[in-house]
Amino acid sequence: MISTRKIAKEKMKVVEGSYAVAHAVKVCRPNVISAYPITPQTHIVEDLSQFMADGEIPNCEYINVESEFSAISALVGASAAGARTYSATTSQGLELMHEVLFNVSGMRLPMVMTVANRAVSAPINIWNDQQDSISQRDTGWIQMHAEDPQEAADMVAQSYRISEDRDVLLPVMPCMDAFVLSHVYEPLVLLEQDLVEEYLPPFEPEFVLDPKNPRTFGAFADPSIYTEFRYLQAKAMDKALLKIEEAANEFNEVFGRYYGGLIDEYEKEDAEIVIVAMGSIIGTVKDVIDKLRSKGEKVGLLKVRSFRPFPIEAIRKNLKDAKVIVALDKNISMGLNEGALCTEIKACLYNTDINAPVIGFMIGHGGRDVPPSTINYIIDQARNVMSLGITVESQFTDVKEEMI
Amino acid sequence: MKEIRIHGRGGQGSVTAAELLAVAAFADGRFSQAFPAFGVERRGAPVQAFTRIGDEPIRLRSQIYEPDYVIVQDATILEVVDVAGGIKDEGMILINTEFSPDTFELDTKAKIVTVDATKVALEIIGIPIVNTVLLGAFAGATGEIRPESIENAVKERFPGKVGKKNAEAIQKAYEIIMEAKA
Repeated sequence: MISTRKIAKEKMKVVEGSYAVAHAVKVCRPNVISAYPITPQTHIVEDLSQFMADGEIPNCEYINVESEFSAISALVGASAAGARTYSATTSQGLELMHEVLFNVSGMRLPMVMTVANRAVSAPINIWNDQQDSISQRDTGWIQMHAEDPQEAADMVAQSYRISEDRDVLLPVMPCMDAFVLSHVYEPLVLLEQDLVEEYLPPFEPEFVLDPKNPRTFGAFADPSIYTEFRYLQAKAMDKALLKIEEAANEFNEVFGRYYGGLIDEYEKEDAEIVIVAMGSIIGTVKDVIDKLRSKGEKVGLLKVRSFRPFPIEAIRKNLKDAKVIVALDKNISMGLNEGALCTEIKACLYNTDINAPVIGFMIGHGGRDVPPSTINYIIDQARNVMSLGITVESQFTDVKEEMI
Repeated sequence: MKEIRIHGRGGQGSVTAAELLAVAAFADGRFSQAFPAFGVERRGAPVQAFTRIGDEPIRLRSQIYEPDYVIVQDATILEVVDVAGGIKDEGMILINTEFSPDTFELDTKAKIVTVDATKVALEIIGIPIVNTVLLGAFAGATGEIRPESIENAVKERFPGKVGKKNAEAIQKAYEIIMEAKA
């Protein structure tokens, strides 16, 4: 199914992306919020603090902490005790949580934490790219990327559904591009409390930390048993593939908005050049595709919504007729010198009958703007690959040569 | 789709103006998007904010390079920023100044419109904050938004006396522009 959304102007309001997300968190009725403010996540937690001060989130505690490490650690205890938990962070804050992220997933604790994707230091940079969350890809968190503020807000409710599902029990990181989505004002529908209650059942954990019935979470596992824990965690990721689709479909039934489940596509039918991308760049790519399509050019888009679990089968099926595949990455794996999406796309097409060339373009590092002209340039390069073959497999797109 | 770039200095409310414009345009039944040029904002430093207005939902998320309209909150910025950069030939630049349009030698075919928003703000609001006043002038000069929608957006954002004074100033600026046009 391809994304669809009912435009209900009478229900829409012009708000900031961060407010839409904070409001979505509020109506999901978390029991414990803990976060440490860091640009550009700040507006989300400020809005949540305001909701708390105004008594708008009943049965909830907001724990002020001295660092991101403490924020996520506090939520480990809270989630184990059966609370619905929320945090939000970005960049160095997320990297500081790194150690604990493995624990949350390994203990199979449901949790939702918005990441306002930002570049990492050094040099210090507060602007958008996706290096922060991509660098957490192996921590066992489900990682999803939103293309606009409405999807970022809706993804919060979907994330709780997925995370708390007893077949999954893994934390979820819904990601939104810093500033581009967190600080934009546009008309959208704020999630309705009654519909959220219909969509999202109360959190009923199977096992809770309770002094009356003591248990150990994340206990010692020696070599005779550790592998099985890892195996079950991997199996839960597999099960999440289906649950992410289900969460998106049921969201559509209740709210009338669908952005794709694991993936989405745009103008894919008969497309020879397929752009694969994640996050806020999607909208700009769609506008460029419309212009090229009006000139009869066969260009389409594959949006990867779920980066972890990586939807291998869905992507293989979607890319089977492509002539050239172009991956856009706002990140780089140093030493491999290409973006993570490019690597994953190539890996998932290997051992298949699909022989289309895959090329990668790294774009928008540290908030460098990605105008339509950059996307057009990339598509020109893809056209060359179609006629001449690959000359460069992966490259930076917008390096200022005169500054090197 | 119409693209608007607002130039000002940190603290002059350029980002708020962009947002109010988006609220007003949506109230008029159109789609809109507003965002700042994400900088490390400092009071007094040149800043930019952007608004897009269209009849369809807006998907484009890059900054604005070829605006249809430019709003300049502070004419001293003309010395340091190329406010006319990329503006369409048939576009319009609205400048807050006491001087007439022919005073300004900008490298553009776009039309220049001036309004003494500071004077209006001082007379009606009592402080030289011109962001809302300029939106009234913008409504008059472009016809892209109704002045009532701007006034309502301002009254909702700043309830009470502040909003009311600003709405009055918006109306005044709108009238000044409409009279000049007539």
